[in-house]
Amino acid sequence: MPHRLLKFALSKKHPEPRMFRAPAGLKSEYDAVIIGGGGHGLAAAYYLAKDHGITNVAVLEKGYLGGGGTGRNTAIVRSNYLTPEGVRFYQGSVELFQDLSRELNLNLFYSERGHFTLAHSPASLRTQRWRAEVNKHLGINSRVVTPAFIKETVPEIDLSVGGQQAPICGALYHPPGAIARHDAVAWGYARGADRRGVEIHQQTAVTDIEIRDGAVAGVHTDKGFIKTRKVLSAVAGWTTHITKMVGLRTPLVIHPLQALVTEPLKPWLNSIVVSASLHLYVSQSSRGELVAGASLDPYELISMRSTLDFAEGMSAGLLDLFPCLGDIKVLRQWAGLCDMTPDFSPIMGTTPISGFYIDAGWGTWGFKATPISGKTMAFTVAEDRDHELITAFNLSRFNRLELVGEKGAASVGH
Amino acid sequence: MKIINCPINGPRPLQEFHFGGEVRTMPDPAELTDQQWADYVFNRDGEPGVKREWWYHVPSGTWFIAERDNRTDEFLRTYLYNAERTDG
Repeated sequence: MPHRLLKFALSKKHPEPRMFRAPAGLKSEYDAVIIGGGGHGLAAAYYLAKDHGITNVAVLEKGYLGGGGTGRNTAIVRSNYLTPEGVRFYQGSVELFQDLSRELNLNLFYSERGHFTLAHSPASLRTQRWRAEVNKHLGINSRVVTPAFIKETVPEIDLSVGGQQAPICGALYHPPGAIARHDAVAWGYARGADRRGVEIHQQTAVTDIEIRDGAVAGVHTDKGFIKTRKVLSAVAGWTTHITKMVGLRTPLVIHPLQALVTEPLKPWLNSIVVSASLHLYVSQSSRGELVAGASLDPYELISMRSTLDFAEGMSAGLLDLFPCLGDIKVLRQWAGLCDMTPDFSPIMGTTPISGFYIDAGWGTWGFKATPISGKTMAFTVAEDRDHELITAFNLSRFNRLELVGEKGAASVGH
Repeated sequence: MKIINCPINGPRPLQEFHFGGEVRTMPDPAELTDQQWADYVFNRDGEPGVKREWWYHVPSGTWFIAERDNRTDEFLRTYLYNAERTDG
């Protein structure tokens, strides 16, 4: 056993410094309260402290850090979206991610792999070309490639898709597409926020939000009442629990999304491969496991149960693309919650309730947005106005009938 | 395998069904402000609890209503639109 591990067995005290403190109890008042200790909430706390000097902040997490969508996604980072609003926003995230290991002083295993979105029909290829041209116009490295290029880069792929599905006729290729270690993103932001004075309270559930005269007055938790004038809800799949407390109507509906990993394999799949027609995306993690996710479950559910339907469908799709996986076993499968909007863009920013800020609608695109969401929501909370990158994503867009139709989202078939 | 009770065909596997969204009554657009209309078009009751939803049995072409708990995925009742409620 390595000495580094042995000292944990021999020492009565924890021999390494903790990533972050466990504060004794809640204070009676904070300048801001962030609901949700996932990547988004912790990143917002970090940037509130770092960029805006607001450190009297509590992050309340009813479970454990990064236990929701942050730890359940398939860890893909990319910016080859379709709408200019989306592309600019996610490109901001990619740029922050590229330097994040250094900034947080924690190895996030950020690994640029190249990202293929396969097209199985001329209609799909047309959408990929549309995306590529929008991407290029905004300076994103993204282009349409031929089946020969795909085969050369990913030799194991079966371009005829087992003969049971429409063959691959091209792809959108995005070289900066990357994967990262998602838990570490939450821990790194937590440590950075903690060191700047933010309190992180795990096992602390919000039970109600006190609104007086249309403004936030405080938060009720299972550990007592906290006075505050600013609340950021960053709970993604649990958002409808929170909006019910404050009486805010939203278009959000919750669907589970399921994923699986296989047993670890020697490195063979360098690229990230996505097929909207087969409803799957797959990459190989730094541990060697294949990480594969599906599209949404076909009906609303606020539960993280797994189904055999998913395991069967995903295995069939993977075998159609990569026949070499016939003997490979599935190690585990799980589900996460996706809070879906009708236009596949997030809901971010100020709300009609003074001091209540929302960071929701993260559907299938939440992890890759973690840094930029934290940065722009911290600005929004500190300045009480939407950051310029997120004005298009305000909840009021539905009242104004100004939706941001994001067909580049993973869950959209085309 | 998950089983849903179709009001016409009895217990059938989930794979035969299609989800049709929450049961909503369309208000008269002529009587509404733009805001009220946008509220009807976009906003949904996505909160946790027992929901009334449209479900479709694909092989027989039957649309029906299900009362379902969206936290436990338990179907409490299924019945045809405008029909007597039957325990499902």
